[in-house]
Amino acid sequence: MPEISIPSASPELTGRALFPHRHLLSIADLKPWEIRFLLDEAEQWAKANRGNARKHDDRLAGMTQINAFFENSTRTLLSFEIAGKRLGADVVNMHAGQSSVKKGETLIDTAMTLNAMAADVIVIRHASSGAVALIADKVDCAVLNAGDGWHQHPTQALLDALTIRRRKGGFEGLIVAICGDILHSRVARSNMLSLAALGAQVRAVAPPTLMPSDVEMLGATPYTRMDEGLDGADVVMMLRLQNERMDGAFIPSPREYHMLYGLTPERLAIAKPDALVMHPGPMNRGVEISSNVADDPDRSAITEQVEMGVAVRMACLDVLTRRARGVEGWS
Amino acid sequence: MNIPANNRDSMGVSTLAIVNGMLADPAGAALTAGTILIEGDRIVAAGDVAVPQGAETVDAGGQVVAPGLVDLGVFATDKPAFHFGGITRAALMPDQSSPLDDVGLIRQAARAGKPDFWVHPIAAATRGLKGAELAEIGMMQAAGAKAVGTGRQWIADSGVMLRVLSYASGLGLTVITHAEDSGLAGKAVATSGETATRLGLSHAPACAEALAIARDIMLARETGAAMHFRLVTTGTGFDLIRAAKAEGLKITCGISPAYLFLNDQAVTDFRTFARLSPPLRSEEDRKAALEAVRDGTVDVITSSHDPRGPEDKRLPFADAAPGMAGAETLLALSLNLVRDGLVSINRLMTLLSANPARILDVNAGSFGAGSAADLIFVDPDAPWIVDSEKMAAQAGNTPFDRVPVQGRVRRIMKGGVFF
Repeated sequence: MPEISIPSASPELTGRALFPHRHLLSIADLKPWEIRFLLDEAEQWAKANRGNARKHDDRLAGMTQINAFFENSTRTLLSFEIAGKRLGADVVNMHAGQSSVKKGETLIDTAMTLNAMAADVIVIRHASSGAVALIADKVDCAVLNAGDGWHQHPTQALLDALTIRRRKGGFEGLIVAICGDILHSRVARSNMLSLAALGAQVRAVAPPTLMPSDVEMLGATPYTRMDEGLDGADVVMMLRLQNERMDGAFIPSPREYHMLYGLTPERLAIAKPDALVMHPGPMNRGVEISSNVADDPDRSAITEQVEMGVAVRMACLDVLTRRARGVEGWS
Repeated sequence: MNIPANNRDSMGVSTLAIVNGMLADPAGAALTAGTILIEGDRIVAAGDVAVPQGAETVDAGGQVVAPGLVDLGVFATDKPAFHFGGITRAALMPDQSSPLDDVGLIRQAARAGKPDFWVHPIAAATRGLKGAELAEIGMMQAAGAKAVGTGRQWIADSGVMLRVLSYASGLGLTVITHAEDSGLAGKAVATSGETATRLGLSHAPACAEALAIARDIMLARETGAAMHFRLVTTGTGFDLIRAAKAEGLKITCGISPAYLFLNDQAVTDFRTFARLSPPLRSEEDRKAALEAVRDGTVDVITSSHDPRGPEDKRLPFADAAPGMAGAETLLALSLNLVRDGLVSINRLMTLLSANPARILDVNAGSFGAGSAADLIFVDPDAPWIVDSEKMAAQAGNTPFDRVPVQGRVRRIMKGGVFF
């Protein structure tokens, strides 16, 4: 297989300690330069993924990547699988339905089992906040958090940041409105931290019942009226509203939510004329976002987000295994 | 040293004198050098009293002598931990694997610690602690229950709670309640605030506590019942208690050291040892709790001892069981309140011994004539470091792991006998 030539390092590493983390568990663990470093690395992979018909790079050849998903996922799992395979890793997927793995001893036991199989990197998604850190504490290899409860989804934040940077050129002074179910969203939590760290002005736009307390402490300004939150925004990031929260528990109905918080072309007009529309997927068309907004190629970056997802995950897999691979300067 | 009680009995009633102690009398104002005279399992005199001729003497060597601690609201009968902590009696919460809603279970629980430790079971207020039907409170009282409790839960149905209070007051029993509005608290595992938001934990506003207290105070006013809020942890909660006391209602409240020395930031990094119920509160509420201890609003400090092994605690935060092993650290942590000048050591012993005994209506926790001869010898300055790996308790789930503390219990007397 051909080895794609990837420039070795981001300018972020110059004169600094190497990326010091064993795991990628939370954006909160990363300094701004570390986020930028991962974005720079991912940028290279984004170019390679677009430029080459044959996308293989075998730097992870012989390494085992286990994707342990304790919660259902299609796109994130696929994205991690593709990323690992493009790097030449042996990728194994483990689906554990929440029902069969509810007891915590089982979770710890599962971690020990994965560890005993000598995985080199484990990608974990779990429905409980903190569960990934719990497993990371028990294994010897790198752990990537692919989403834990309402807590964090760091690779999503990185791929969103990369998408924004490619479209908008940078973050300084950029107004990013994150809209929807902030309360239950790990995507929102990761994005608020990363975008604020990168210099953007972050707004959290949500119905009061779906706004967590003290969201300002995560670097975002809260807005409960969609129109005010969208006013002058450069980026509009919509969040998925889970079905079970739509029927009277947190909001009265999907149609009322659409009326008050749905992203329609009329409402998008309140944002800047070139405002970028993003959504982590999967979308509830007609609830949080109208189809004509989601499908507008001039405004929507939704498919580009998916594309950047693979690049970001390749970068994270590469960087987190460098020490184990004995990459020069990283051992 | 063991002094078997029957040796003394064989000579008629002989007297044991504890001399050369610094007495931390809950009824006193300061430590005073003095003597305690004991006959059988009862104290007969304490203070500046002469040692009768022929009395056996025990030299306390200048150590602090205090009543044994009476721990109002523990979840397990964990004798090694209680002995380490100087706790000689504990009121056992009805939340056992089989809820204490039955005469046989109460009788069994009351026997479990004897002779060197006494358990005072708290009768479940409702069958199965389900908050619906009255349990056989009167029969459980006859079997040894010393109070009635709602357990870990609030009774959401106000009609049921009204009947629990009026029925218990007819029997002269205090109702011990958990103050968290269940509709608001729901499945929350943390207090609303920055920490819960950062960690992505389900959270409820701290006013869940004040809401519950406000309703229960109204029901106490209606029924004239005596009610004890086992753990009050918020400033607004204490304000309500303060006002109810000023009004003359029979309301008392307690707290455990965790809420006095930790705030909700202790759960950062998903530390399940700091997952408690009610959850740890904001720094502002923690300071309000210290003030409530200082100004006398708090009546009781309890360990809320709830040892939990890894199967309950090595879990994702929301799945972990709430509770901490607190018996061993109860006295040492509480002594911080004395060192910080919030309360005298005598007042502290009122909170740890005399008041809980009074609420349970047991003749203990004081140096008064006729009080049970449950005593501890304490070195209040002895330094040690809490180590979750090396605890006497059934499990080491303490949020105070590696914290340096001061104060060790050197000897324990239960019912006139040293153990």
